[in-house]
Amino acid sequence: MSKIHKVSGRGIPLVGGDIDTDRIIPARFLRCVTFDGLGQQVFADDRQQLNGNHPFDLPQYQGANILVVNENFGCGSSREHAPQAIAKWGIQAIVGESFAEIFLGNCVAIGVPCVTATPEAVTQLQQLLQQNSQVEIIMDLGSLKVHGGDLTIDVNMNEGSRQSFINGSWDNCGQLIANSDQIGATAAKLPYLQWDNSAIA
Amino acid sequence: MSKGTLFDKVWDLHTVGTLPSGETQLFIGLHLIHEVTSPQAFAMLRDRQLKVLFPQRTVATVDHIVPTENQARPFVDVLAEEMMQALEKSCAEHKIRFYNIGSGNQGIVHVIAPEQGLTQPGMTIACGDSHTSTHGAFGAIAFGIGTSQVRDVLASQTLALSKLKVRRIEINGQLPPGVYAKDVTLHVIRQLGVKGGVGYAYEYAGTTIEAMSMEERMTVCNMSIEGGARCGYVNPDQVTFDYLKDRDFAPKGENWDKAIAWWQQIRSDADAVYDDVVTFDAADIPPTVTWGITPGQGIGVDEVIPKPENLPPSDQAIASEAYRYMEFTPGTPIEGTKVDVCFIGSCTNGRLTDLREAAKFAQGRKVAAGVKAFVVPGSERVKQAAEAEGLDQIFREAGFEWREAGCSMCLAMNPDKLQGNQISASSSNRNFKGRQGSSTGRTLLMSPAMVVAAAVNGKVADVRKLIEA
Ligand code: SF4
Repeated sequence: MSKIHKVSGRGIPLVGGDIDTDRIIPARFLRCVTFDGLGQQVFADDRQQLNGNHPFDLPQYQGANILVVNENFGCGSSREHAPQAIAKWGIQAIVGESFAEIFLGNCVAIGVPCVTATPEAVTQLQQLLQQNSQVEIIMDLGSLKVHGGDLTIDVNMNEGSRQSFINGSWDNCGQLIANSDQIGATAAKLPYLQWDNSAIA
Repeated sequence: MSKGTLFDKVWDLHTVGTLPSGETQLFIGLHLIHEVTSPQAFAMLRDRQLKVLFPQRTVATVDHIVPTENQARPFVDVLAEEMMQALEKSCAEHKIRFYNIGSGNQGIVHVIAPEQGLTQPGMTIACGDSHTSTHGAFGAIAFGIGTSQVRDVLASQTLALSKLKVRRIEINGQLPPGVYAKDVTLHVIRQLGVKGGVGYAYEYAGTTIEAMSMEERMTVCNMSIEGGARCGYVNPDQVTFDYLKDRDFAPKGENWDKAIAWWQQIRSDADAVYDDVVTFDAADIPPTVTWGITPGQGIGVDEVIPKPENLPPSDQAIASEAYRYMEFTPGTPIEGTKVDVCFIGSCTNGRLTDLREAAKFAQGRKVAAGVKAFVVPGSERVKQAAEAEGLDQIFREAGFEWREAGCSMCLAMNPDKLQGNQISASSSNRNFKGRQGSSTGRTLLMSPAMVVAAAVNGKVADVRKLIEA
């Protein structure tokens, strides 16, 4: 499992609040049994409407890997297809004012750190990227700072998630399975499992 | 920090331990799966050579991609057929109970689990779908999860989660005529905002909630997620017990008595401590309609689309985006807005009592010319029960189409979709841009009774006028 201490590269600003998962990946693209093709379909409808002028289509942001968004990003459905589509496009980390909860959890689960900052700081960073798309951006989870040119902003992240990125334990699955004795013990205490009559006949 | 609430009690009871990240490892009592978010999770299991740990606590059905007209296999849509086969194969391989089309038990996952008595008080429930919050109506703690978490639950029957805060939302008094559970939830979201609930579990309480049927409570809990809350619940009471009695998976015989005793105990204590308390008066809640592109952009049906200057600064940017997308002018009344499509269904309002209430208004009336109106039962059982009561006839005679069970036009993963910039009056839960299948389609959320009022008038109408008529 890889440790993620720093993400550096180029940024891409996506301005607007309440960008929901139906916009990130419209439902018709959820008709799939693997996540592989989602990168091309990310923001499909918004991009079509902006006719080449959506940040994800603008030539200067191709190859960017740090997304900068505003508030309540990723609200709506629980579809992991949304962060998967963003990640498959090439995004490795997200800076935002705030994130919807399930979206945030899904990002951690797939190894995409999301940090929050004040609206002013996010706007400064977005403006910087609009003026200079090529500036190097560094997200440092150790110091909880994001640097870009002369700009440095303070960012926040839930401490548990931060640790799990830094020490490489963000993929929980292994840890969860390892506690099988305690899982059995917890199940044994649950009254409704005693009277359970759901066993497949 | 909350103490003594149902949320605290259920959380503590299901806690397996604390993970190195500081998160809680929480046991999941019931795992519901469907065709959209599980195939990749099963693939991840295969990659890691893992098994499903508690297949008997996992239940599958198919809902999102199901065509509601022609359900013959293979589906016309090859991608949908591929998803269907993937689920059938995974369930067979891992010995998971699967309610397939035609089983008599298929339907929207949040409709079938309650109606079969799978959903019970005091459980933890997870499903790869955000409206899992619906199951909280029974006093369960129910979370929507992503695909990697579906993998985690399949492999370990547990999830890594951080504990939520608990906000008590108390609603008191009698709802005025023409005002429904849907209006209650739209009103709460309108007042608290679409991200007001982030970090919280919502406990719905007060005399209004106590007087509601289980189906109405499900409508309210269903849309907790639209208010930003990961889950919402109602403390179990006699209404809950009466609903559950004799359902397929409800405890039987002496287990039933034990169950009631336990369900009583897990209710929030009278002196429980909450992180926050908000109160509403039922008398203040109007029949509510959304006019914009977030479920928080709701107004009373007799109000005007808000002007930017009357909105808090933080809501203005999304409001201007909404005026543009919806092609609505601030200051105009929402009543009288022409509609093209009327949809009754979804996990919010596709249950028997929803259809009954809608049928009351449809009876003896006709869908306006040029309007496409259709009713999609939430499950095969709902469909059968509605037909036994003759509701299908009432709808058909009024000019509504009567369909097979599924998610239908709640989202655009099956053939039911808006065209171009059509406007729909919809009993579903999301009015996001493009949600109903056209990237310029427009959705107005409202109660099923209000959808009927819109259908027969051809435009947004106040259902209270149909009561007086
Ligand atoms: S009815 Fe709509 S909200 Fe409910 S599960 Fe289906 S798609 Fe999701």
